[in-house]
Amino acid sequence: MINIHEVLETNKMIDQENLDVRTITLGISLLDCIDSDLEILKKNIYEKITSKANDLVATGQEIEAQFGIPIVNKRISVTPVALVGSAACRTSGDYVELAKVLDRAAQAVGVNFLGGFSALVSKGMTKSDELLMHAIPEALAKTERVCSSVNLGSTRTGIDMDAVKLMGEIIKETAELTKEQDSLGCAKLVVFCNAPDDNPFMAGAFHGVTEGDAVINVGVSGPGVVKTALSQVRGENFEVLCETIKKTAFKVTRVGQLVAQEASARMGIPFGIIDLSLAPTPAVGDSVAEILEEIGLEYAGAPGTTAALALLNDQVKKGGVMASSYVGGLSGAFIPVSEDQGMIDAVQAGALSLEKLEAMTCVCSVGLDMIAVPGDTSASTISGIIADEMAIGMVNQKTTAVRLIPVIGKKVGDMVEFGGLLGYAPVMPVNPYSCEAFISRGGRIPAPIHSFKN
Amino acid sequence: MKKFIITVVGHDTVGIIAKVCTYLAGIEVNILDISQTIVDGYFNMMMIVDAGKVEDMTRMSRELEELGEKIGVIIRCQHEDIFNMMHRV
Repeated sequence: MINIHEVLETNKMIDQENLDVRTITLGISLLDCIDSDLEILKKNIYEKITSKANDLVATGQEIEAQFGIPIVNKRISVTPVALVGSAACRTSGDYVELAKVLDRAAQAVGVNFLGGFSALVSKGMTKSDELLMHAIPEALAKTERVCSSVNLGSTRTGIDMDAVKLMGEIIKETAELTKEQDSLGCAKLVVFCNAPDDNPFMAGAFHGVTEGDAVINVGVSGPGVVKTALSQVRGENFEVLCETIKKTAFKVTRVGQLVAQEASARMGIPFGIIDLSLAPTPAVGDSVAEILEEIGLEYAGAPGTTAALALLNDQVKKGGVMASSYVGGLSGAFIPVSEDQGMIDAVQAGALSLEKLEAMTCVCSVGLDMIAVPGDTSASTISGIIADEMAIGMVNQKTTAVRLIPVIGKKVGDMVEFGGLLGYAPVMPVNPYSCEAFISRGGRIPAPIHSFKN
Repeated sequence: MKKFIITVVGHDTVGIIAKVCTYLAGIEVNILDISQTIVDGYFNMMMIVDAGKVEDMTRMSRELEELGEKIGVIIRCQHEDIFNMMHRV
């Protein structure tokens, strides 16, 4: 039988160490909404989302009350809209209309974000993909809850450099259209290499075409729990360190598994995966950077950071895999700058640069995340940064992503406030040398030799 | 059987257990086990209860919370599965 010490340990994690389930994300296929008439398509999409997700928020709240565990976000992901809208949308304006419908549906069911205003263009862009990508700036400026993502490359296909070039321009345009809010639109836009079909985390969540009609994916969290556990083993060797992370990750993930099973049973929708991610928030004590400090670094970014992060990421997976029957999504430590107080401190201390963050993305999920850069950074430089990150993902057969915010009107050292879970960030310097000629070449980078496995 | 874990945390005063037990008896909740300990000077009590006859668990949780506020302690009621999942393989 459960004893009092176990009960107190669990409740201490929840009360003092920010243990929570970060998100229940309901994936909804919109493929059966497709129609060549835009008005019918809009109606179908609204009805499908509001009927499938009608009970999502209430179910989440009931589970919170039953187990006493906070579920921070209840969200929705949908089929990449470039596929859904291809028969009906003739212009980018038509896609903006769809974004508004998604926003209204999200508002109606009470979720704070809906992901899937997306295109999958890892090998090439169709006409409708291009229309959607051109619609992104206006769609993000005119909606509150819609998140957008574009998959630009994969290990199997290589990198679509035409799309990389275009997305550099789209990110700049999005920044410009939302400049009154510190270019907030870019915080809702992420580009990927090897994007997973079942990621529950925003802004990159979409419901992949390989998925069923509806599915429940759950993202766990718990950096504070790992940090507290590690504070008990200061000075111990790597074996003890790794064991401690692994055991803690197991406990955290089991809670996610319980919530996922319960949500699935209550809503009558199949359980998809648990995403084993250490997802920080701007709250003190909910930071991945503080774990790295607890492992033995003065600041995140100090020499040893990449090794410490690799170790952390691996142990989280080893503990988490045992705790859940299905693991998927991004599964790893997140290293967003603006959403992690320890990262912000590291940048302000001069310990953490864009280049070090790039190195860190080689060993964790996901990529260059929530990084504010000067507003005058050129589109081609942004494309260059994206191309580097995509190459890391392509060659290492892992997901990588870029969510950069070129904050219009801000320069290096200025602070930017995004609000809520998106946090705040110091504007970081970008390498000033040009990659214009490289980005302008056109075409695609071929798939790497080790992708030919057949 | 619907097993829930009720925890009470706060400064020790006369009658905490009596008040919680009286409330539980009133809604036909059976107490299976009680244990308590002092951590960092705070009174910690745990009850394992069978709430098989309670239909509205959300209401029971809320009323226990309100009772806690009245007597100056934190009372929480959670389904046992969260602890079983976390601490048992």
